[in-house]
Amino acid sequence: MNEYALIFRHMDGKEVASPEQIQQWMQQTMDWIGGIAAQNKFVSGTGLPFDEARVVHSNKMVTNGAFGDIKETVGGLVIVRAESVEEAVEFAKGCPVLQGEGNSVEVRKVAQK
Amino acid sequence: MLAPLFRTEFTKITAVLCKRLGISQMQVAEDIASETFLLAYETWPYKGVPENPTAWLYAVAKNKLKNHLSRNQLFEGKIAPELKHAAPDREEPDIDLSESHISDSQLQMLFAICHPAIPPEAQIGLALRILCGFGIEEIATAFLTNKSTINKRLFRAKEKLRTDNLPIEMPPAAEVKHRLDTVLTTLYLLFNEGYYSESHDAVLREDLCLEAMRLTRMLADNALTAKPPVFALLALMCFHASRFAARKNEHGAIILYENQDESLWNRDLIAQGAFYLHQASGGDSVSRYHLEAGIAYWHTIKEDLAEKWQHILQLYNRLLMVEYSPVAALNRTFALAKVKGNEAAIVEAEKLQLTDNQYYFTLLGELYRGIEPEKAKGYLQKAYALAKTAGDREVIRNKMEVL
Repeated sequence: MNEYALIFRHMDGKEVASPEQIQQWMQQTMDWIGGIAAQNKFVSGTGLPFDEARVVHSNKMVTNGAFGDIKETVGGLVIVRAESVEEAVEFAKGCPVLQGEGNSVEVRKVAQK
Repeated sequence: MLAPLFRTEFTKITAVLCKRLGISQMQVAEDIASETFLLAYETWPYKGVPENPTAWLYAVAKNKLKNHLSRNQLFEGKIAPELKHAAPDREEPDIDLSESHISDSQLQMLFAICHPAIPPEAQIGLALRILCGFGIEEIATAFLTNKSTINKRLFRAKEKLRTDNLPIEMPPAAEVKHRLDTVLTTLYLLFNEGYYSESHDAVLREDLCLEAMRLTRMLADNALTAKPPVFALLALMCFHASRFAARKNEHGAIILYENQDESLWNRDLIAQGAFYLHQASGGDSVSRYHLEAGIAYWHTIKEDLAEKWQHILQLYNRLLMVEYSPVAALNRTFALAKVKGNEAAIVEAEKLQLTDNQYYFTLLGELYRGIEPEKAKGYLQKAYALAKTAGDREVIRNKMEVL
């Protein structure tokens, strides 16, 4: 069994969502992860909040925020156990992040220890 | 009246003697305690129960310890070096049976027995014998096995304690959090042993749970160990225990949650559980006990509120992230059905593939009820074939009848 990282890619996150909407997203995300965990396929995961984000550029210049010059940023990741990349992709298809226009989930195999 | 006294005093005397003699002498401590009770049993019925039975028992135990120490020819050569380690005041043959020393000794024994080096099964056996004062026969009944199996298990555990020669003391403050994990796991298993035991001895089952609660309370009452997970576990135990009277009928058959008479739920224990759950909210981390206590709390509300099942589902989601177990996976799917309907839950249930688990098929049978009765029946038949106890088979038979 391999481990795969499901990386959530968000388009511009500056759009302000209502607390109700955020709560709904959170609940959907928890249900999605819960479904993976119920199959004993959940390894770990974390959200990456947008506040207090910085980007360090190659000339050591630091800019505020995850967004700016870049249009897309990482919003979080979940690591799952799966027999194959196809199984991991099936998990990714259920990710609520995909409801957002332009968002995507990148599936990457975790290097063996 | 004597039985509970014996049980409590046995654990106190054994703990103090172990503390005094060192853990390698656990058998001696146990023997002295047993002999003390034997003497009481031989004399009290004829001479009458002493005015202060406890003081009588302590006096006898002290004497027996003195005799043991002076009689033991090997004392100086073999045990003394170990004693020096266990108790610096070895010139003083007396033992301290004050209340504070007793509770300190019991707490330290709890940590010594629930040491990561001791296999969990042995920890539970030792805890039952040494800390809860259960007889070998009672332990065998609770585990649905025979006395010789339990004796062997305890013997091996004591051998392990003896060879490792673990000190009877509280772990250093920096280690308490980590060591507490093992202690809590054992207390949790001890409680479950009583709560889910198939033994027909209802009194014994309940005693087991109450003892697990008593030991957990001991941790909650000590400043060093009064940590949020301890309160959370205690809350969980209180919520579960509140349903003692409601969850089995007079023949000992399980009454499912949805069929329980909630007027039989113990409101006092529910209130205590809520109190401890509140106490548990102090920390910065959420343990599995917090999540399970939260789930148990929502179950104390019988009404099928949408909010209730939403909370339960979220708590199961988190519990599974912390620690997977098949039963949590099945319960989560049940909660999902309550929130999102059976069709949605069936999709997720079929992914679980717990095909050697009878409760998996019971759940599928439940979810297909009213959707595809034929499929429901097929799943319940599979569950029936896997069921191990008469009680489980009866529950499944009842479900098949009302399809």
